[in-house]
Amino acid sequence: MLFLENLQLAIEGLRSNKMRSLLTMLGIIIGIGSVIGIVTVGDSMTASVTSAMEGLGATNMLVNLQSKDADRSASLNNIGGASIKEEDLLTDEMIDTYMEAYGDSVIAVSLSNAGGPGRAQEGRLYANVTVVGTNVGYGTANNVEMISGRYLRDGDIKANRYVAVVSDKFVSNMFPSGKNPLGQEIKVSVGNNLQTFTIVGVYKHEQTMMMPSFGPDKDIRTDLYIPITTNRAIASIDRGYQNFIVMLSSSVDARKMVVDTQNFFNTFYASNPRYEVNAISMESMMSAMTTMMGTLSVAVAVIAGISLIVGGVGVMNIMLVSVTERTREIGTRKALGARNSAIRTQFIVEAIIVCAIGGIIGIVTGIALGYLGGYLLDLPTFPTPFIIVVAVVFSMLIGVFFGYYPANKAAGLDPIEALRYE
Amino acid sequence: MDEMVIEMAGIIKSFYVGTPNELQILHGINMVIKKGEFVSIVGQSGSGKSTLMNLIGALDRPTSGDYRLDGEDISQLSDNELSDIRNQKIGFVFQTFNLIPRSNALRNVELPLLYNGVAAGARSRRARELLELVEMGDRLTHLPNELSGGQKQRVAIARAMANDPSIILADEPTGALDSKTGRLVMDIFHKLHRQEKKTVILITHNERLASETERVLTIVDGRIVSERFPAADPATDPAAGQEG
Repeated sequence: MLFLENLQLAIEGLRSNKMRSLLTMLGIIIGIGSVIGIVTVGDSMTASVTSAMEGLGATNMLVNLQSKDADRSASLNNIGGASIKEEDLLTDEMIDTYMEAYGDSVIAVSLSNAGGPGRAQEGRLYANVTVVGTNVGYGTANNVEMISGRYLRDGDIKANRYVAVVSDKFVSNMFPSGKNPLGQEIKVSVGNNLQTFTIVGVYKHEQTMMMPSFGPDKDIRTDLYIPITTNRAIASIDRGYQNFIVMLSSSVDARKMVVDTQNFFNTFYASNPRYEVNAISMESMMSAMTTMMGTLSVAVAVIAGISLIVGGVGVMNIMLVSVTERTREIGTRKALGARNSAIRTQFIVEAIIVCAIGGIIGIVTGIALGYLGGYLLDLPTFPTPFIIVVAVVFSMLIGVFFGYYPANKAAGLDPIEALRYE
Repeated sequence: MDEMVIEMAGIIKSFYVGTPNELQILHGINMVIKKGEFVSIVGQSGSGKSTLMNLIGALDRPTSGDYRLDGEDISQLSDNELSDIRNQKIGFVFQTFNLIPRSNALRNVELPLLYNGVAAGARSRRARELLELVEMGDRLTHLPNELSGGQKQRVAIARAMANDPSIILADEPTGALDSKTGRLVMDIFHKLHRQEKKTVILITHNERLASETERVLTIVDGRIVSERFPAADPATDPAAGQEG
């Protein structure tokens, strides 16, 4: 029999039981919707992380200390409370010798230490900050985008000056009148200290996926950059570093530089029983990250896929009820000359239609969910056409798969028994 | 020279064959129905009447014996072949109408044409024509639940006629109707018989309705025990009738 006729029969069947059809579709809608929603958000996250990492510079290299005891990395040690002793840390002197040897291949070395959360206050005006002590290279390696003024200079660092680079958010909070912030003094409380800094520059704050912020825009915590030496004095931080970033010139072979750098610094640690140095390029970190995100979205999509199968079982259940309910009708159709295959096709088409309509509603829901997720996480969102096609095909396959058994049961009914069924 | 539509010889039907419960319902039915005849088969419930009807209607196969429909032996055909026979050679009319509830009158009548692969335009024309014939031309788009019992049965008769079958097989067609509408339905069968020259087989337990037909076959305990011709035997006419 013709496909169109079956389509018409199926739609008549579904229309006569709107509520039930809708509930049956719901499983498919939720399944398809969540698959598409999750994959869309996942893809956007991956894209965003990738672009954020690219922003950091694919040619950057992370140099960090790690425990020689393979089970315990340096950072884990730190979290555990047993912090690295000052004599084990990487020093300015080591970095200086490194620069003498490899200065031509290096654009900047980014050093920083954490000053912790703080708050600038002036009368009723305030701004939340995270105090970060940095060197000059930090601004270069992290692409800090200056709007006005300047970033920290060598002189600021050498002389332990009390100068600060603040964000545009900070400026709008502290200088709502539009007064030029450059040269203004601000009082910042960090821990128990209250310090006064002179603003020398304003940078553009970019919200990143890595640190999404929730809550009112006014309370956003932005970085306040001060000279690394000043911060060391204020917060009495150890001299030396657990890690730092090296920004490589784009003309050098990054892979070779990673090996050379690691070997270079390890000469200082040859006799150290506890620590050694590890260097890793951002590129390999990025690919590791992308792989991880990919695995994560696949895992979540698989879970959503399971919900789709549950939806399919729901379709099968309702189709079985429908076959039982329409036993007499099936008997009549057979008496009128419907072949078994015609009955089977009718029910399979009905199941496919339920799944296809559910699938289409699910796609719309999924795209909406994806955009909602993207909006909440502040990500640019693009639904992937590929996953939509896959979802439609998959939902129709579910219709065929879960519709086949009930349809076959209907086709196999004995016409005499079916006609007699009350 | 009479053409035979149905020729049954030594038809035996048993259920649960090969088990200790084996049950023989029909014990050797011999029956011949001529083209254009209006025949009734009368029997009480349990007489084997329904089983015989299922065999005539190609819904079932005999355990043994020979059944020729339009000269073709159909006693051992496959399911699909039987479906095609039912579609093209037999028009069923049921006691409970058995219209498809979600489809309107027109679509119900189109159904056998659909299963016969008739194209949409021709299907619709034929269905309209048939509904006109049973005087339901003004109810084409009504759903079954919007029709009275008599109207439903008329739609069902139009549906039975769809593929111009060799026989119209009516199983207690007035059983669910009051006597007045039952009368109307019987008139349609007479009309099909006289005007359209259709072979009509009426299965009933109602002697009075049976007496309206040309020939009455009575079945008792799986055997045809009598054959009479009401028109030639006025003494047994309507007076013997029971409920409507």
